[in-house]
Amino acid sequence: MNNDQPAISIADTVAKGLRRRRAAEIRLRIYGIAAISFVLMALVVLLGSIVSKGISAFQQTHIAVLVNFDREKIDPAGSGKIEDLRRGDYDGIARNSMRAAFPGVSGRRNRRALGKMISSGAGDQLREMVMANPNLIGTRQRVWLLASDEIDMLNKGYARRKPDGSATKVSRRQVAWYDALVVKGAVERHLNWRFLTGGDSREPEQAGVWAAVVGSALTMIITLMLAFPLGVAAAIYLQEFAPKNRWTDIIEVNINNLAAVPSIVFGLLGLTVILGFFGLPRSTPLVGGIVLALMTLPTVIIASRAALMSVPPSIREAARGLGASSSQVVFHHVLPLAMPGIMTGTIIGMARALGETAPLLMIGMVAFIVDVPSKFEDAATVLPVQIYLWADSPERGFVEKTAAATMILLVFLLAMNAAAILLRKKFERKW
Amino acid sequence: MEFVTDLDTSGPPDSILPTTPKIITEGLNVFYGDNQALISVNLNINENEVTALIGPSGCGKSTYLRCLNRMNDDIEICRVDGRILLDGEDIYGRQLDPVQLRARVGMVFQKPNPFPKSIFDNVAYGPKIHGLVRHKADLEEIVMNSLERAGLANEVRDRLHEPGTSLSGGQQQRLCIARAIAVQPEVILMDEPCSALDPIATAKIEELIDELRQNYTIIIVTHSMQQAARVSQRTAFFHLGEIVEIGETAQIFTNPRDERTQGYITGRFG
Repeated sequence: MNNDQPAISIADTVAKGLRRRRAAEIRLRIYGIAAISFVLMALVVLLGSIVSKGISAFQQTHIAVLVNFDREKIDPAGSGKIEDLRRGDYDGIARNSMRAAFPGVSGRRNRRALGKMISSGAGDQLREMVMANPNLIGTRQRVWLLASDEIDMLNKGYARRKPDGSATKVSRRQVAWYDALVVKGAVERHLNWRFLTGGDSREPEQAGVWAAVVGSALTMIITLMLAFPLGVAAAIYLQEFAPKNRWTDIIEVNINNLAAVPSIVFGLLGLTVILGFFGLPRSTPLVGGIVLALMTLPTVIIASRAALMSVPPSIREAARGLGASSSQVVFHHVLPLAMPGIMTGTIIGMARALGETAPLLMIGMVAFIVDVPSKFEDAATVLPVQIYLWADSPERGFVEKTAAATMILLVFLLAMNAAAILLRKKFERKW
Repeated sequence: MEFVTDLDTSGPPDSILPTTPKIITEGLNVFYGDNQALISVNLNINENEVTALIGPSGCGKSTYLRCLNRMNDDIEICRVDGRILLDGEDIYGRQLDPVQLRARVGMVFQKPNPFPKSIFDNVAYGPKIHGLVRHKADLEEIVMNSLERAGLANEVRDRLHEPGTSLSGGQQQRLCIARAIAVQPEVILMDEPCSALDPIATAKIEELIDELRQNYTIIIVTHSMQQAARVSQRTAFFHLGEIVEIGETAQIFTNPRDERTQGYITGRFG
């Protein structure tokens, strides 16, 4: 060491720079906090706008009328058989009930306008009531009939009232009748059970999201069942057993490339190979699941390899030193320790697959699905495609349905993640 | 008193001990890619003795140790030639599976590396994978026996189902020793087993090594000259991939024959 300079000069030099260094530190912290606040704000705005738009879809406007379950209309032949009861003119009964509520209305056009205030699904509603309880025939009951989507929009405040007394999509006379019903206490919003349990419909007030939820669930099951075992097996082989040579390098590079392929390309692959060559049924969760599994596979492989790589070598050495074979080392020690990481990667891949639309359009899952699918080879749609379809519909009533379906998609995603986290916790506790 | 070193092919250690060596190493060369880590090593290890391998870092003593249970097999660029005989059987021979070899030659590593499982499962793992036990009671007996012999039984008796990683460093290392002896190996390799431990834990391990000598052949790599002097009966000095000198520990430390050995043990280089 040279002693040319007195020792104090070093302390002085450090002290001089200290203020600048501290300021840099504080600046960095402020940038970090700003970035996080921005992200949080974006998240709050996003969720807020979706929820505020969608929350109203969970309730639907109903109109209370006195319904005359006229035997003549329901069962003109008087057979009393269930099949005959099913064929009754329930739409007519619903229309008549509305007319009975406004006896002063005359003229074909006016009556038509009056009938349009209730949904075309109101007849089905009455049919279901009769099917459940045939004793209703011949009685009069006060029934909450499903209102049409125009009235629903008016009730929820989405339809703008105009100075001439009419409102968006609702005529002046209909507004007057509606107001009269409100005064009588005959307009109420009830839980939209149909939305939560039904399939798609052309009428917003009758559209349901359940068919898409089930379609998504079936598709995700296929995706998980294919992508998880295949991905983990591939990762284990590549990471633990494969020799490091040119071929494995090529495979590795290609897997990484595959992760970056636009998802619609996987849709084209599904269209030409899975539908075209193997001839599997189109629009089904089976095919959708296969396509999404192909898309998810690289993500699972890459994440699994990273998780396997992060297991400390000392654990492998310990097991090998005791005489564990290579597969015992992997399955007894490395894989269990890597499992949480593998599951995190799988969930990221699955979340991406759950929100995917483009490849599913290619294989026909964009279909109009009224019935809730029950098998993997039933025609189905999935939540993001349902959202896409509704967002594309012109009716005002579908705006809230779109937002509500997005909420359900988010809930689905959270449920999936929560399940994975619970599973992971359970796994970690074992060790 | 004159001692014969193993470098003299004319004078095998038979003159000191009447038994044949447990392990005979003949002309062992080890390469990592283009680097030669060991150069024609000849070394005999006697049964029920502690043999210390000393030498400066990178001299090849750990490489040699890892050849004895074929841990080097897992390193792709590693190439081994020459012969190592365990009870007369070539451990690099085709008919010997490394899994079988490692059941006979156990290993304790530099850093304590218990599995992230319970203390019981750590010790039980070896006997389980080798199918040494049929009944749960037998397994419990082996585990308790091994813990006893590793001097850990009294400390962990009440917490067998707590994770092995919850123990202190010295306890973890003794757990690793218990885990190694649960397989009932003939030879135990120890690669600087005390380098991560404090002096008290080190003393316990050294005591343990001395006890284990009754039943096992032990080969220990150490950087501590005092440790080699304390625990071993024979010491081999490695330098630049060669064995410079081998002999009884007392002789190596009091009357080394080679200048380099002298230099190393007196701290002139290393």
